[in-house]
Amino acid sequence: MDPLLLLEQAFNGLQFGVMLFLIAAGLTLVFGIMDLVNLAHGSLVMIGAYLATALVAWTDSFLLGMLLALPATFAVGVLVEVIALRTLYRRDHLDQVLATFGLILFFNEVVRIVWGPISLYSGLPSYLSGHVEIIPGVPYPVFRLVIIAVGLLVAGIIYGIVAHTRLGMLIRAGASNNEMVGALGVNIKSLFTLVFALGAVFAGLAGMMLGPLTSVEPGMGEPLLILAFVIIIIGGIGSIRGAFIAAIVVGMVDTVGRVFLPVLLRAFVSDAAADTAGPALASMLIYILMAAILVVRPRGLFPARTG
Amino acid sequence: MNRRQIWLTLITLTLFALVPPLTSIFGQPFYVDLMARIMIFALAAISLDFILGHGGMVSFGHAAYMGIGAYTVGIFSYYGIDNGFIQFPLAIAAAALIGLIFGALSLRTSGVYFIMITLAFAQMLYFLAISLEEFGGDDGMAASRSKFAGLIDLNDSNQFYYLVLACLALMLFILHRLVQSRFGMVIRACRTNEKRMQALGFQTYRYKLTAFVIAASMCGLSGALFANLNEFVSPDAMHWTRSGEIMIMVIMGGIGTLIGPVLGATGFLLLEEYLPEWMEMFMTDAGEHWAIVMGPILIVIVLFGRGGIHALFARKWLARGNGHG
Repeated sequence: MDPLLLLEQAFNGLQFGVMLFLIAAGLTLVFGIMDLVNLAHGSLVMIGAYLATALVAWTDSFLLGMLLALPATFAVGVLVEVIALRTLYRRDHLDQVLATFGLILFFNEVVRIVWGPISLYSGLPSYLSGHVEIIPGVPYPVFRLVIIAVGLLVAGIIYGIVAHTRLGMLIRAGASNNEMVGALGVNIKSLFTLVFALGAVFAGLAGMMLGPLTSVEPGMGEPLLILAFVIIIIGGIGSIRGAFIAAIVVGMVDTVGRVFLPVLLRAFVSDAAADTAGPALASMLIYILMAAILVVRPRGLFPARTG
Repeated sequence: MNRRQIWLTLITLTLFALVPPLTSIFGQPFYVDLMARIMIFALAAISLDFILGHGGMVSFGHAAYMGIGAYTVGIFSYYGIDNGFIQFPLAIAAAALIGLIFGALSLRTSGVYFIMITLAFAQMLYFLAISLEEFGGDDGMAASRSKFAGLIDLNDSNQFYYLVLACLALMLFILHRLVQSRFGMVIRACRTNEKRMQALGFQTYRYKLTAFVIAASMCGLSGALFANLNEFVSPDAMHWTRSGEIMIMVIMGGIGTLIGPVLGATGFLLLEEYLPEWMEMFMTDAGEHWAIVMGPILIVIVLFGRGGIHALFARKWLARGNGHG
């Protein structure tokens, strides 16, 4: 095994991990505080990506477009919460799953009508499209490094908000017992809207950064949504710290596993068998990881809710 | 099921049985395949209703068991074994086995964790199917219709139709008896208050796991029929949106009523089939965007449609004064 390749894949895994964290952070807060299963969270990733692509094209500036897309996604988040989700908090999880499933259908189709069914490719400005040699001999794309930096920065900001501000205190209190928070005189309604919209911004940010890496298309958030669910289950619902650790682990295991599992298997079984079983096993790896963790700790690594 | 539900079930099944002769009179054989498809999904929906409606287990990965049933038929067919007497029992057994493994792990959790872990397991199988290049990977593979030693000819769409109908009727009967039995009573009690059942000395985990495996195996049967209907198997059968659709059929029809999900499957698939056409009437080329109407319909059903289609009938009967609960 080539150690340089391993290092490069570790960077890719880290980049995937921080991106997953951005999606999982909002999901775990909405889940933990409002007790809402929001399947449409993946749609917010998609909406962020589309808004960013459109605004970059409109302003003709990558940075400005991205910066404008953040408040736009926030506004979408507020709208979705006020119009569709607010009535769902008191319903049971089954109703929430179905209603947000309906939202996914709706959003995918809206996007298809406005921007067409074909994938969009948003280019990168020249200052982001190059490579740098982080370690001699390993050229690495600048944009992926930027994603890692932005992801870690936002993770730091989220941690700062949750751990050290009054808003964060309310969020943590809401995650362990939201009725008590309301009883103590906090306007729980606007807190919910704010938390949901913040989660939407983080998810949208992940979508914006994902756009130039892959392509922007209807339904692009859904595979990520399932991974985000795996992450918040591993991390424990409502826990930002758990979501961060689980996101990095899942990102690493998935990326590194896909590259090295077939190689590793070849050492034990025939090449043909390894080539067949390797990719199959690699794609199941994180789910096996999740099952293993739940067997030991059925409520995840760091469950927030005490009751 | 109470008496009203039994009558509704018998009427529905009779109407289903009348479909092939009616379509041959009106020369519309297309509807036989559509209705067969509806009954296959109804089979999957009632198996989900058993654990969801009666057991309170919100399994969001039910399409996985349908996929396993379908893939079992597909893989046997790939190796040239098209004997239905081998394919069908093994499809059911395979779904039961996977249901046992997934259920044993998932049932350690509850609530939201249970919803998400069942979803994740189903997604795991979906990705497994995609990565199996030997069996078509992403594109899926062809499967020839099963042979039953000359007893029934599945290539004849009417004979296939009545096989599906017989399966549906049999499974409705079995589930009806199960729900009424002592076992079913324990399952339903677990839904209401599991802690109390444990305090009464019931090993609720074992009861729930048994119910989960029963549901999985029935869903495996529907998958085996599904592979025969399409003569094709693909990972799409296990996609998580498929699990969502089966769940919608249960809710749309009326949760915990068994016959409700059959009506729900009928309603959902007919809507999926005809909504694009209706939309075309209002606006040209609007049909391809049917999901934009379907999405809000689902939300409205969830928010306002308590009891689903089943409740609609129940209310009518009550108004006429025939509703002996």
